[in-house]
Amino acid sequence: MLIQIAYALPFLAQGFALTLWVSLLVVVLSLIAGIILGVGLVYGPAPLRWAVRIFSDTIRGIPILVLIFFVYYGLPAVGLHLPSFWAAVLALTLFKTAQVVEYLRGAVGSIPKGQSEAAMAIGLTFRQRLVYVIFPQAFRRFLPPWINGVTDAVKGSALVSLLGITDLMQAINQVIGRTYEAMPLYILGALIYFAVNYALSLASRRLERRFSFIRD
Amino acid sequence: MSTDQNDAPALLDIRDVAKSFGAVHVLRSVSLQVTRGEVVTVIGPSGSGKTTLLRCVNFLESYDSGSIRIDGREVGFRDTGNRQRRSEGDLAAMRAETGMVFQGFNLFPHLTAAGNIMLGLTKVRGKSSAEARSIAEHWLGRVGLAHKADSLPAELSGGQQQRVGIARAVAMGPKILLLDEITSALDPELVGEVLEVVRSLAEDGMTMVMVTHEIAFARDASSRIVFMADGGISAVGPPREILAADNTNERLRTFLARFRASHF
Repeated sequence: MLIQIAYALPFLAQGFALTLWVSLLVVVLSLIAGIILGVGLVYGPAPLRWAVRIFSDTIRGIPILVLIFFVYYGLPAVGLHLPSFWAAVLALTLFKTAQVVEYLRGAVGSIPKGQSEAAMAIGLTFRQRLVYVIFPQAFRRFLPPWINGVTDAVKGSALVSLLGITDLMQAINQVIGRTYEAMPLYILGALIYFAVNYALSLASRRLERRFSFIRD
Repeated sequence: MSTDQNDAPALLDIRDVAKSFGAVHVLRSVSLQVTRGEVVTVIGPSGSGKTTLLRCVNFLESYDSGSIRIDGREVGFRDTGNRQRRSEGDLAAMRAETGMVFQGFNLFPHLTAAGNIMLGLTKVRGKSSAEARSIAEHWLGRVGLAHKADSLPAELSGGQQQRVGIARAVAMGPKILLLDEITSALDPELVGEVLEVVRSLAEDGMTMVMVTHEIAFARDASSRIVFMADGGISAVGPPREILAADNTNERLRTFLARFRASHF
């Protein structure tokens, strides 16, 4: 059995690499989109705020699996044909973006109004106020839920296997299909996912400590 | 120092400014001219519009009508006369010309005392960080906190934080300094050290508009006192006139009497 697993390892490694790649894309893209939309939600004019609010509430109200199938099977109906890989990345990114929007709103919203006013009073522009005054303070509140969301993204990436993409999950299933050794392989898979996420939460804790000097 | 509004062009020229929050008229046609080097104190019951007026001067609040000019330039709206709000960059540049000190200090908690002062100097005034640091140290020295340059706000007492707040505002080299009840959040024993700083700035000729409940300080330090009530200026004049027991303005007398009863 161990020999079979050892034999499957290179194949699993490829799947694992794809899992990491999907997760990285989703995390980075959703971070960028989420911060932009989140700033729009907090500071934007009313129509923009409504638009972001509707986007966020809608996306968060849909099971992620439904969202993946909707993007993959639904969008071709309106003429948008995405390869399964990008359909999966888009669906996961939309889902994660809605979460980042909420983390950002919570973190930025927790900064007292006087901070913005003091920054205005010394003549900082809107962008400068965000970069030098608001974000550095919001960062500490943003980080814990966001890292939590990153680990969710890594775990959630396993859903892309449902579109036939050979990520770690799919690779495991395929090896099981050949070897009929389900339990050891699922345990191995669980350990790999756990190792990634545990490393992330350790890194998060260190980061939080590093920024703990910012008191409220 | 002059109390006559006509013998020198006003540095701050507020004309017929009105503002409402919904149905509440916070400011009703307020006009006030402040000349260079003057220290004008605004007193009045809470809800009389003092703080709102001050916040309009650096456009933290917009005003519905009227005009506020600093050195001849309209504060929040373009000089074209059609009340078009200034662009974000333009507003920021205008705000840099007025310093503001807040009741709640509003120091940036993630920056040291020196860092708080340097931020505007480097990002708005475009100074190198070495230059900004030396300006910051100069002003921290002026407010008696040279030894606290590298302390975070959370490590400072209220009085020390407020002195950093003053240093942050004046280091920018503003044309006018706005002080919004800057001692109201302080323990009584810390008020003196902050007022001492304000007094020394006044002696240097800094133009100031100050909202305060420190009547005794207003009497000693200001060239004129403005008494506001119900969103308008009810009385204005030199301290000895405004604070005189035989002043004919009854609302003012009532305010002062009530004030003295609760503070002495």
